[in-house]
Amino acid sequence: MKTRHPHSMVAATLFGSLLALLAGCDTATKLNEPPGMAPVETRRPVATPPTAAAAAAVAAATPQSSVATVDLATGSGSGVAGAAAAAAAGTAMMAAPGQRVIYFDFDSYAIKDEFKGVIDNYAKVLSTNRGKRMVVEGHTDERGGREYNLALGQKRAAAVVQSLTLLGAADQQLEAVSFGEERPAVQGSDEAAWAKNRRAELKDR
Amino acid sequence: MARCLQLRHADPRVPPALNLPDVPRRGLCLAALAWCAPALAQFRVEISGVGATQVPLVLAPFRDEAKSGVAISQVVRADLERSGAFRAQPGDASLDERSNIDMAQWRGKGADALVAGSVSRLADGRFDVRYKLWDTVKGQELLGQSKVVLAADLRLAAHRVADEIHQKLTGERGVYATRIAYVVRTGKRFTLHVTDADGEGGQVALASPEPIISPAWSPDGKQLAYVSFETQKAVVWVQDLSTGQRRIVASFRGSNSAPAWSPDGTRLAVTLSQDGLAQLYTMPTAGGPPVRLTSSNGIDTEPVYAPDGRSIYFVSDRGGGPQVYRVSINGGSAERVTFAGAYNISPAISPDGQQLAFITRQGNAYRLMLQDLAAGGTPQALTDSQDDESPSFAPNGRLIVYATRIQGNDVLMTTTLDGKIKSRLLSSGADMREPAWGPYGR
Repeated sequence: MKTRHPHSMVAATLFGSLLALLAGCDTATKLNEPPGMAPVETRRPVATPPTAAAAAAVAAATPQSSVATVDLATGSGSGVAGAAAAAAAGTAMMAAPGQRVIYFDFDSYAIKDEFKGVIDNYAKVLSTNRGKRMVVEGHTDERGGREYNLALGQKRAAAVVQSLTLLGAADQQLEAVSFGEERPAVQGSDEAAWAKNRRAELKDR
Repeated sequence: MARCLQLRHADPRVPPALNLPDVPRRGLCLAALAWCAPALAQFRVEISGVGATQVPLVLAPFRDEAKSGVAISQVVRADLERSGAFRAQPGDASLDERSNIDMAQWRGKGADALVAGSVSRLADGRFDVRYKLWDTVKGQELLGQSKVVLAADLRLAAHRVADEIHQKLTGERGVYATRIAYVVRTGKRFTLHVTDADGEGGQVALASPEPIISPAWSPDGKQLAYVSFETQKAVVWVQDLSTGQRRIVASFRGSNSAPAWSPDGTRLAVTLSQDGLAQLYTMPTAGGPPVRLTSSNGIDTEPVYAPDGRSIYFVSDRGGGPQVYRVSINGGSAERVTFAGAYNISPAISPDGQQLAFITRQGNAYRLMLQDLAAGGTPQALTDSQDDESPSFAPNGRLIVYATRIQGNDVLMTTTLDGKIKSRLLSSGADMREPAWGPYGR
């Protein structure tokens, strides 16, 4: 019959109690000794120098201050980060040619006459090729709140999608999305820059 | 890490008594810098206007704090001073929590309260932070505490010490141990940061080549919901902060944005455009189908739950320009809340449900406003800046963090609800935006 070594039992008990203590790692205790007297140490988990088990237990305890970093550029971290980053990199490389952009007036969703040709053209392309899919990205200038601008950009993209479907494109061929003010075409804080940023871009999918 | 807190007085009427003697302060700062790594960011306090009553307090360096790697007493002191409620002076380095305090002597030096303590390394590698707080006016000991923490939580322990002192001396809960999330843009890189409420101890939760907006804390402080454009459209994600595990909550047709947690953490309110324009929906946090909350002809977005969880404040342009409205969580007709001005967005509700902070457009300026929901009346401007965005209340309701632009840089500021005490989160040139003040827990 095999007997358990007494030392390992002591170590196991010690380790167990240590883990129990570490479970509530941030222990706050009231100091109640009268002023001037040396504090009586009652909470110290081990009276002996740190053992390997103790060190491991402390190392395994998670600090309440720690935040795990997910980096989509390097694909580190957990979840679907890597795949998403790869997908993002793939799409980002597609540049939008000039005739695929429709510009809007301030606070407006109306498609100006000068862009009706662009709409007609893509409506024709989509209605003759039902397998074709496109994304319409709405954008705003930098003024105003980010979330409200996201919704405004969506309104612009939806207006373009609506014009295309009225001219024969099918709804399921198109998705309206918005980048709000997050992806300006031009940097700058003047009307020239803003006018170039209030836009909808048509992209192949 | 440790740092110098500089009180800069925007208003010359501020009594000179608020200024600490220059020489000892410089000495302390140098001493602090000597053992601390450079900070990523920090809040710097600007006080304007008079009337703030400050408790004069002496804070002795904690015995052996230098050996711990964190200047505990400096963190505590900076916390207390940033609140505007305290005026801290450095104390005698020979003091600790076991000292016999001659209260009359300290009172004679102008101190109403005295703090002294120690930091010691335990055999298992953790640290024991001990301190006492004395009321020198009443001549009594107010607090005596010991905190046993991991080395990585020493700053947190210091913030908790500051919270306890703050609560004991003012009767009000401190927010020093809370955290703030915000987004930094550096060139084409976007990072979601989580930092201590003093702007230090910052860590990156997410780094992405695409924009990140609208971080929102779960009520338990363990998760962040946010909008990421990494899949080339706006999608709502939830990420666990300690593990980095993340999942998609809303990725429907069109844009998915503006996440807000219900106070019990079971549901998220979101803005979806799957049925056309941006409208409000709620969905289970654990996942499940969204339930449509609003049906308007325009834009409905930026939902925030009232603290009682029974209604949701949001922005809608159903009446023309954007205004703040309120709707029951069960839907139904919405009630308009803001009336002054033609453009009111980004509502934030104080933890007691009594105050509404929002951004208004005045000419070309976007300004942080505060409106008393209970008493009514005209909203008050809290700043004189031009580009305020994204207000968020501290969990004790005494401060608001917001984004603004100063000299071409996107910065984060905090303000008291009377607008008199502001502090700015300083960082090295990066654009900071989208602040969200976390809850008490973590």
